[in-house]
Amino acid sequence: MSLVWVYAVQEAGAGEAPDMSGVDGERPRVVGTEELAAVVGTVADDGFDEAGLAAAMEDLGRIEMLVRAHHGVVAATAQDRTVAPVRLATVFRDDDAVTAMLRQRHDDIRAALDRVRGRREWGVKVYVDGTAAPPPAPDAGAASTGDRPGTAYLLRRRADRDRGAEAREDARAVAERVAGTAAACAVDVRRFAPQDARLSGRTQEMVLNATFLVDREREDEFRDTVSRSGDGAVVEVTGPWPPFSFAAAEES
Amino acid sequence: MTSGGIPMPGRGARSPEHRVESTNLADILERVLDKGIVIAGDIRVNLLDIELLTIKIRLLVASVDKAREMGIDWWEHDPSLSSGERDVHEENRRLRQRIGELEADRTAELDEAPPRKRAATKRRAPQQQESDG
Repeated sequence: MSLVWVYAVQEAGAGEAPDMSGVDGERPRVVGTEELAAVVGTVADDGFDEAGLAAAMEDLGRIEMLVRAHHGVVAATAQDRTVAPVRLATVFRDDDAVTAMLRQRHDDIRAALDRVRGRREWGVKVYVDGTAAPPPAPDAGAASTGDRPGTAYLLRRRADRDRGAEAREDARAVAERVAGTAAACAVDVRRFAPQDARLSGRTQEMVLNATFLVDREREDEFRDTVSRSGDGAVVEVTGPWPPFSFAAAEES
Repeated sequence: MTSGGIPMPGRGARSPEHRVESTNLADILERVLDKGIVIAGDIRVNLLDIELLTIKIRLLVASVDKAREMGIDWWEHDPSLSSGERDVHEENRRLRQRIGELEADRTAELDEAPPRKRAATKRRAPQQQESDG
């Protein structure tokens, strides 16, 4: 017994599946109707049925593997055609069920393809120094350390807080400027929470983490203007990503 | 038509080594975990499990300290964020108990400091009473 994992949907005749391994080590393939097609993979029912997927959701190592493989196939497919990425863990009994779905969801899929046609997703992150660890306030401390240690502590705390608030305000201004510049060259945007510094591998603090849907003709402009808009802050542009964040019809 | 200037493998160059520019797992998780067109498949995935996983990973990505408080420390075992062996069921049980509280906590934090929370600053502001009398 086997099941069918769906990676992405595309127009019929858009192309073959990429030559690579999928979530179960399988070779992806294409199934479809006259109008639409899905890039799918045949996966073992053991591991991809209800129980298997439920177990996978509890296993972060397995999730990482699934996420990377799913993303890899979608990204490779998206290189030379318009695709709508399908959400992780979309699994059907067999190919007939997939083609039935393509007919039933025809209008939604068309709309999703139209939304991302000729466009790709680009990530933009901004990092700044200084908001993470405000330096101690020597004057406030020195002024009153002698006989009022408690007061000194509170004064120091307040000074730190004020400086921290200022730094955050500055960081926010930089982030909004970069986001505004990027949005002007893009057709849509989604924001993510900034990533923890220990995961980004940088010492600076991330103050913007957003992703933009950009027309291919404007990608050069997007990357150039966005990269320059940091004014001292580090701006990181990643991509192109397949349009995962924009395939579903939702507003940010 | 060429791409926007980022070196991309040519069409013939697809391989299992295919990479987009960033292979940072956090970047990929943000985009892939609960994104993409939603299609109800034949295999029903427990929505609560997915939601839980998503919350867990979002917390981890946004705040390593918060994640560590909940006993999630898989990034420490492996630079690529792979999980080590651990009792995820126990972890999830504890997590379920705390989701509401943490979400409320997080909303409050976002309200007070929109661009960045205190994750990388001193995490817990001292709550000491005034000690001088």
